[in-house]
Amino acid sequence: MPSNQSLSPVIRVEDVGFSYGDALVLEHVDLAIEPGEFVGLVGPNAGGKSTLLKLILGLLEPQTGRIRVLDQAPRQAARRIGYVPQFPSFPRDFPIHVEDVVAMGRLGIGPRFGWYRAADRQAARRALDEVAASDLARRPIGKLSGGQLQRVLLARALVGEPRILILDEPTANIDQRAEDDVFDLLAELNRRLTILLVSHDIAFISEYVSRVACLNRTLTCHGTTAIDGDTIQRLYGGHVRQVAHRH
Amino acid sequence: MSEFLTALGDYAFLQTALLAGLLASVGCGVIGTFVVVKRIAFMAGGIAHSVLGGMGAALYFGLDPFAGALVAAILSALLIGAVRLAWKTQEDTMIGALWAIGMAIGVLFIAKTPGYASDLMSFLFGNILLVPTRELWLMAGLDLVLILTVALFYRQFLAVTFDEEFARLRGVPVTFFYLLLLCLVAVTVVLLIQVVGLILVIALLTLPAAIAGHYVRSLGVMMLVATLLGGLFTSLGLALSFGPDLPAGPTMILLAGGVYLASALLSHRLARHRALRRVTAA
Repeated sequence: MPSNQSLSPVIRVEDVGFSYGDALVLEHVDLAIEPGEFVGLVGPNAGGKSTLLKLILGLLEPQTGRIRVLDQAPRQAARRIGYVPQFPSFPRDFPIHVEDVVAMGRLGIGPRFGWYRAADRQAARRALDEVAASDLARRPIGKLSGGQLQRVLLARALVGEPRILILDEPTANIDQRAEDDVFDLLAELNRRLTILLVSHDIAFISEYVSRVACLNRTLTCHGTTAIDGDTIQRLYGGHVRQVAHRH
Repeated sequence: MSEFLTALGDYAFLQTALLAGLLASVGCGVIGTFVVVKRIAFMAGGIAHSVLGGMGAALYFGLDPFAGALVAAILSALLIGAVRLAWKTQEDTMIGALWAIGMAIGVLFIAKTPGYASDLMSFLFGNILLVPTRELWLMAGLDLVLILTVALFYRQFLAVTFDEEFARLRGVPVTFFYLLLLCLVAVTVVLLIQVVGLILVIALLTLPAAIAGHYVRSLGVMMLVATLLGGLFTSLGLALSFGPDLPAGPTMILLAGGVYLASALLSHRLARHRALRRVTAA
């Protein structure tokens, strides 16, 4: 854990409840993430994982409870969070190449008017370099494989020099080998960033993360070693094959 | 064609018409590109048609229809934008309703304006040969507004058209830029109504950009190519219609539509050809 950062939680979720119309998605959720942690958020589909991320990002407002990110309201803090969505929320046939997509992560930095500056382009190149995707810089966004697109989205999240990285199912659309690469990269990034990652694959992510939080409408927190058959059964209703941990 | 070129030297109204077409194509290239990549052609259609309400009202009260069109277009852009932002569930029905209401208001006003009934056709289908010279300056001014606004906020417009959610996270005021973009669409619609009338506006707004989109891989180049294509279609349409004395607007649209269909087939073929070559080379 970096010692020069304050030790108050970078993300603090207090007694948060949220529902889409009549559908209650989250209730009494409490979560505090300390600087430098790598937290895996797991739970069944429709358990509210993506909704909780959107609340932390300030894209949604909780009906009850309070969320603070970097001691600010989520909407104010959003620029210091790097976010990698589960599904790219853009059309794949949009006429744009990778470098310009990554440069978009620099919005909100520097002057408001005009085109990207040289510094933005350099930052985009560096970010692509960091995720080992420099060779894709001039490629149209529509001509990337799932794994390549994931790297580009990660670069777009990193280019704004965030303090926190939030990823929603980053490995849902890629194969096992690319998945290992992504997690190795995240472990590397965790040296300087706090990471919150959503996954449905509880067994796989527990090898990488420092702590797992389990969400199914409400939340229970554990260290990785505390995940046992009971927890999994409570969370998924007993349909999950038990996986032994090597920790 | 040569007949047109000779006449072009002789008649000032033809020169005005040619210039009007070229000025309109700037709007259709720059803003049409956003309409195509953001897939808001239906909204643009709604804005274009409800403009008739403003034109009709301006005529009835003895004002300049051009000014009436501009006010109505901006109003309906803001209204349609607000509907889209607040009413996500029945957005298309709502836009369809505004589309029809605007037209109905326009037709009623025109019906009650003595002596102007024949102008309905030129509103609906445009008449580039009747564009007054002073309106060229107005068109050039609107072009300038379009280009300056897009140039100043290019990154923001790009982000809002590409990925609204991400733009919001980066602190871009998405609602503001979304509504601003629709206002620019409204301005462009008014520019194009001069040339092809409000029914055919949507074709000139989308087809050149869509053709460009078949071949280019960046938004800036797409705008440039679409502007050039727009200029080509309006000029060539004007020239082709002159000899046989056809209405210019529909001639331009048929030209643009024909090229679009051919281009869609061609780019489809090219993609298949490339895929085949890749497989056989492997």
